[in-house]
Amino acid sequence: MPRHVPVALASAGLAFALAACGGASTTDSGGQAAPDALNAKADLSKQSLTISIWDGYSPKDLPQQVKAKLGFDTKVAIHDTNETVMAKLTAGGDSGIDVAFVSGQYAQALNAQGLLEPLHPELIPNLKNLYPEATQLAYDKGNKFSVPYTWGTTGLCYRSDLVKTPPTSWNDLLNPSADLKKKITMMTTERWLALPALKLLGASVNTTDQATLDKAKAALLKVKPDLLAYDDTTFGDRLKSGEAVMVEAWDGWCPTDQKNIKFVVPKEGSDLWTDTMVILKSSKNKEAAHAFINYVLEPSVHGWVPANILYKVPNKAAMDTVDPALLKDHPELALPPADLLKGEGLIDLGEASTAYTRLSTEVAAAQ
Amino acid sequence: MTSPPVVRKAVARVVTLGPGFGFLTVFLLVPLALVLSYTVFRRGRFGGIVYQPTGENFTRLADPLYLDVVAGSVKIAALTTVLALLLGYPTAYMIARLPGRWRVIALVAVVLPFWTNFLIRTYAWIVLLNSQGPVNSALKALGLGPVELLYTDGAIVAGLLYAYLPLMILPLYSAIERLDPQLREASANLGARPARTFWSVTLPLSLPGVLTGCVFVFVPSLGNFVIPELLGGGRRIMVGNLIRDQFLKARDYPFGSVLALAVIAVLVLLLFAQAWASRRAGRDAS
Repeated sequence: MPRHVPVALASAGLAFALAACGGASTTDSGGQAAPDALNAKADLSKQSLTISIWDGYSPKDLPQQVKAKLGFDTKVAIHDTNETVMAKLTAGGDSGIDVAFVSGQYAQALNAQGLLEPLHPELIPNLKNLYPEATQLAYDKGNKFSVPYTWGTTGLCYRSDLVKTPPTSWNDLLNPSADLKKKITMMTTERWLALPALKLLGASVNTTDQATLDKAKAALLKVKPDLLAYDDTTFGDRLKSGEAVMVEAWDGWCPTDQKNIKFVVPKEGSDLWTDTMVILKSSKNKEAAHAFINYVLEPSVHGWVPANILYKVPNKAAMDTVDPALLKDHPELALPPADLLKGEGLIDLGEASTAYTRLSTEVAAAQ
Repeated sequence: MTSPPVVRKAVARVVTLGPGFGFLTVFLLVPLALVLSYTVFRRGRFGGIVYQPTGENFTRLADPLYLDVVAGSVKIAALTTVLALLLGYPTAYMIARLPGRWRVIALVAVVLPFWTNFLIRTYAWIVLLNSQGPVNSALKALGLGPVELLYTDGAIVAGLLYAYLPLMILPLYSAIERLDPQLREASANLGARPARTFWSVTLPLSLPGVLTGCVFVFVPSLGNFVIPELLGGGRRIMVGNLIRDQFLKARDYPFGSVLALAVIAVLVLLLFAQAWASRRAGRDAS
């Protein structure tokens, strides 16, 4: 998930992005790269791995576990957003990263540029642990170049004690009742800013139709004066303090462990976001990279995610390890894949993504 | 044989100036040159740069959407600067007239906030001003609230003012402190009342400090993107946010570079204007 870390970190990221793109040359041509010949019997202890992942998104001792089980060293690089790691990976040449954790639509974009190694399923037997639904995701049908790590959706997170009627529709956010005014927040990241309006219009979250986007913009401008703030990071805290009573939120970010905080997917539907693991074409440790992904898919390893950071994983065997008491406290963790799949998969929009950038700038700039 | 003094002097210059210049060249000029070179190329489909020359990035700058953001930022930065001057001048004036020991204490007090991280201080404003915070609780207890204090342009200006007021006070102080007290005495001896002395002697002579302070406050206020996001709740974007978003969200380095360049151009013009006005003020005074 694009974890939105406070802006100071993002600005530090900007410095890195600038540094990383020195002499950047990205071509538009390309397409999926051809697979390398890999040796299933390679001596993994001669390899080593660098992974790039969001902070706190994997067990702290994962490198030690990998060293003990698979025999190679793993270095963990941290990225704060998809964008910062994309800047490193698309800068040209070898980024030094073997395995990157990026959201699905970014994996799609990397693959389209020929930057990813097509996966060798025979080296990842644990792919069998995935839910069948998790192998047919819109950005990569058949897991040709990515393995899903976490998945979830976007909805409304609210204080059941402070809202009069529990929300059921995106309309409750976009045309708030009088008691909700100045007590609601929306996300500002482009695709999620547009999402509630697009879904309320009955449109696709991946639409590139300008007339639809214009209608969405009108709805977003209309609600702007009624918002407390735009917030991608601290909406959970705002709910806890009561400063906000209803916020647009990712399921994993809604603090449902608190009494009176509930999460609902509006009836018009929502998105399905996925964070994935990909192997870079430039990696010189592809056998170790496959072994690493296979290890992450072990139920005991992957099960760390829902148990500790409350994200759903697309791994049936891992979800089965989760303590039922935890699922009871966090009903959104128990959302079955079939329901999750009702959400529309976010895909990369290439050139058309500029329309979303413009939309969010226009909404933010309007006074 | 010892080297001649000329050579030694040259070596000393290289040794003393070299590291600083080298550092600035590598970390200021090179990135600046990169930014400059991006402005004439296209954005790649997935971000990055496509090396096809285009003037599109510059024409986009004239789009009312972006001009409005720039105009809004200038308005907020200008308001902050004026308020900083109104608050800072009397403060600096009184500090300059304090007895020596108190003067040091007062100056330390002015820079004291810099000892704490800027982000933490900004978050403190959120804690103070939010609808459940102590200020609003007190207002509610008095039957006056709650008042919407946070996530407004006013909160942005307050945050910027708080952050940059010391940058106004310090140059003002050094300009006022340098003034020869005999000039004020002469003015008084010639029959001017204190107010007249201030308007005709002190203020004109401290004008270079005023201009420096204004530039020091205006420039970082214009480029700030943290305060509009935190205290403005993202409801107002300033040109700093716009640039940041082009690089980090839109992955449009070329247009982000054009925006950055435009801001740099405005600031360079401002600095020239300040230098020119300071020189004029100095000439008129002498």
